[in-house]
Amino acid sequence: MYRNLTIRQKQIVWAWAFLAIPILFYSVIRFYPTGNAILISFQDWNLLGDRTWTGFDNYQKLFADPVFWKVFKNTFVYLLIGTPLSLIISFVIAYHLDQVRFMHGFLRMLYFLPFMTSAVAMAWVWRWFYQPVPVGLFNNALASIGIPQFPFLQSTTWALPSVLAPAVWAGLGFQVIIFMAGLRAIPRSYYEAARIDGVSWWTVLWEITLPLLKPTIVFIVVFSSIGFLRIFDHVFNMTTNNPGGPLNSTKPLVLMIYETAFSAFDMGYAAAQTVVLFLVLLVVSLVQLRILRDT
Amino acid sequence: MIAAEIRPTTDALLKTQAPKKPANMGQILRWMLLFLGGIAMVMPIAYMVSTSLKWPHEVYNLKLIPDEPHIENYTYVLEDGRFYWWFVNSMIIAVITTVCNVIFDSLVGYTLCKFRFPGRYIVFIAILSTLMIPTEMLVIPWYLMSQQFGWLDTYWGIMFPGLMTAFGTFLMKQFFETVPDDFIEAARIDGLNELQIWWTVAMPLVKPALAALAIFVFLGNWTAFIWPLIVTNSVEMYTLPVGLSSFGDEADVAWELIMTGAAISTIPTLIVFLIFQRYIIQGVVMAGLKG
Repeated sequence: MYRNLTIRQKQIVWAWAFLAIPILFYSVIRFYPTGNAILISFQDWNLLGDRTWTGFDNYQKLFADPVFWKVFKNTFVYLLIGTPLSLIISFVIAYHLDQVRFMHGFLRMLYFLPFMTSAVAMAWVWRWFYQPVPVGLFNNALASIGIPQFPFLQSTTWALPSVLAPAVWAGLGFQVIIFMAGLRAIPRSYYEAARIDGVSWWTVLWEITLPLLKPTIVFIVVFSSIGFLRIFDHVFNMTTNNPGGPLNSTKPLVLMIYETAFSAFDMGYAAAQTVVLFLVLLVVSLVQLRILRDT
Repeated sequence: MIAAEIRPTTDALLKTQAPKKPANMGQILRWMLLFLGGIAMVMPIAYMVSTSLKWPHEVYNLKLIPDEPHIENYTYVLEDGRFYWWFVNSMIIAVITTVCNVIFDSLVGYTLCKFRFPGRYIVFIAILSTLMIPTEMLVIPWYLMSQQFGWLDTYWGIMFPGLMTAFGTFLMKQFFETVPDDFIEAARIDGLNELQIWWTVAMPLVKPALAALAIFVFLGNWTAFIWPLIVTNSVEMYTLPVGLSSFGDEADVAWELIMTGAAISTIPTLIVFLIFQRYIIQGVVMAGLKG
């Protein structure tokens, strides 16, 4: 039968044969669970008892929960500090690294190395750094030059930035590489023309370099924002004795989801939180794309 | 030939284009600051490795080079077998997932790129749309599914969500665009079937992209935390990140032992990086530009 088909028909048969397993995979492992998560968010279910339909109860409960608003705020603080900070630092590094030839590859390697580490391992390393005297490296260093101790992870004000620091640190190398590729893609003739016209480096930076880097900047902003909104590994591992503490001051949305689903087993409530996370990610990405593309 | 065509472009993006300037004070200062910054970047890694080689009594001093370096911490940590098992689990899971992704993502990418068939556009959009769905939204249904089918606490349970990725499919589709249709037509005339054409003609032409994909998937699975944390519950089934997290949480564990555990889970990827540095940085650039 196959022999009688035209070349075009044979291609269609092959295409669907190649796609059969992947389509099954995407349907069962991606699309069905997405629908299921939305469905569960309208139910009350603790894994053992019956599933009962409760309409928008989970969402109402969520929006009336002060912990949720605290967590929501934390999640955005991670985003609003993390994204601009890592964008600026990585651009400054890439801009200067791009103009250095001596041992260029070695310097690049130093900046990129943290990207290859595991978040969990590095969260524990930084957690050790942050311990009070006589354990933690940072406080020991402060003590040795006579500066009073700093309450990194103990303070409700400083715990969040302390948890964020290793997350920013680990992502810098990736962003530096992307920025350098973006810088190299700018034709050198633009710079030469500017030099002949005697334009200052500051003007060159603002009038040539940054506008032409826009696609790179958009990519890095959207990519790193999604990462900071989904922060979990660092927070969980640096605060295992009191997840998201002290006093929920470091708790992000994903940690709240994890606790609701797998410590309290309140599946419906947790599912509603995941739907909110999905909407937050979607809206933030779309708004960023809109603003950055238009300006 | 195509591989050779791709390489110069990404290479050009990596090579220093800066014109050679005479070394002046500004240049020297710039280099010094970049060097100091780079050293600061690797300090946490350096302290992790150095502490894992220290005796307990010198753990809390600031010296980077241990007075009497030793590997007792490693033998101690590996002795009770847990880290050994976690390492093996992580390796098995990361390798199988990587192989699966390399095969399926490129097969789907190739099909969507080179075949003309009704429904092609819909399949492409459907796969691409899964990029917007965060993993965290799927973990609850995945957990329920695993519970129902008895996948909890098994390798399959840890692996199944990551066997194919939309990101990899999209990346491979972009790279198959660079393979000329003439090559495929010629192979067809030579009497190869479609499966042979994909595997023996198209795949070798996109090797740099395959390497990049493999490295990303491996790194992603080696360091994956939230799903393995949820799906495993017996100590022997933990992956390295989950194991390290529970090990660190045992109140009486000393910091030099935690640093040793952290080093065990980090050093393999650092070694991979030092060996394949060129490909990895190229891969980041390719993924960043195409993805």
